[in-house]
Amino acid sequence: MTQAKNMYIIVIGCGRLGSFLANRLSNEGHSVVVIDVNSNAFDALTADQFSGFRVEGDATELAVLRQAKIDKADVVIGATHDENVNIMAAQIAKNRFNVSKVFVRILDPNKESFCKAIGVECVCPTSIAAEKMIADLYQASGS
Amino acid sequence: MNTLIIGGGKIVYFLAKAFFSKGYNVTIINRKKEECSWLARQLKATVVFGNATDPQVLKEAQASSMDAVLAITPNDEDNLIICQLAKLNFGVQRTLALVNDPDNEQVFQELGVTTAFSTTRMISSLIEQRTGLEEIVSLFSVGEGKVNVTEVALTKNSPVLGQSLMEINLPANCLIACILRDGDPVIPRGGTTLCAGDRLVLITLPENHGPVLKMLTGSNI
Repeated sequence: MTQAKNMYIIVIGCGRLGSFLANRLSNEGHSVVVIDVNSNAFDALTADQFSGFRVEGDATELAVLRQAKIDKADVVIGATHDENVNIMAAQIAKNRFNVSKVFVRILDPNKESFCKAIGVECVCPTSIAAEKMIADLYQASGS
Repeated sequence: MNTLIIGGGKIVYFLAKAFFSKGYNVTIINRKKEECSWLARQLKATVVFGNATDPQVLKEAQASSMDAVLAITPNDEDNLIICQLAKLNFGVQRTLALVNDPDNEQVFQELGVTTAFSTTRMISSLIEQRTGLEEIVSLFSVGEGKVNVTEVALTKNSPVLGQSLMEINLPANCLIACILRDGDPVIPRGGTTLCAGDRLVLITLPENHGPVLKMLTGSNI
């Protein structure tokens, strides 16, 4: 895999997905800032992989996004468990701060077309898992 | 007019009642089952149980037939998504959202919400207006607080008594629209002289609201 140049990446949410992304991207040499409302969530960042910054706060608050220096960010990833927080923060990043790449994790497949309409790239683990399971099922049953 | 209100608590109940008295149709979406049955018992509104950030729930509430959607849940992010879904997926022309963070008023409008209002900002500006001197009465504001209409009484301590409007040199973006003198309204011109006991109806923009009041009353606001 070719290594992309060093990017400034903001990860919103430090749960399983957010901390995984933050640890990995930081370890691969990117500048990473993680935002979470709960400072205990930062325990999931491992010292041997993560060398970025932590911002405690609500990512739907403009002041918190500014504190994370969102105006300098190349990438913003919405990875909280609340897809509406992810979508809102991503739109602010894109429309107000001209962040070139934003994407969000959503859980409700019903919102995929909405995300497309507002220009936010989304990943929906629910539909990915469902499609994989259905594909595997058909393959196993040989049809 | 068909209105859709999303949220809960007393505010939704009283708002729905106020809308009924104006003859509007009201539909409410609430995500708590007990509250839905309470609202349905108390009001003649259509009440839909569910999460309004789910497009299916908005569809069930017949969002596409709404003239206005009012999102007043306690979460800014939910209110934004509800308004955007209503506009993009259901073609609702007028969307209104409540925001906690005053910064989000502008952010929401940039993202396509028709009107966003922050109770924090409204309360703080109300308090600012009310804690002024007694001879100053804030009448109302226009354009979501962008223009203030204030009534000011000139006491014998006012530094502008006996001067004409031309002479007192008011700053830009401010207007003395009317003078109430002994109960009679006078529309002032540049040559009109100010007297003790005059009540001025003043139109100001927020940036020079304080300085103009200080100029007329001589007190710090």
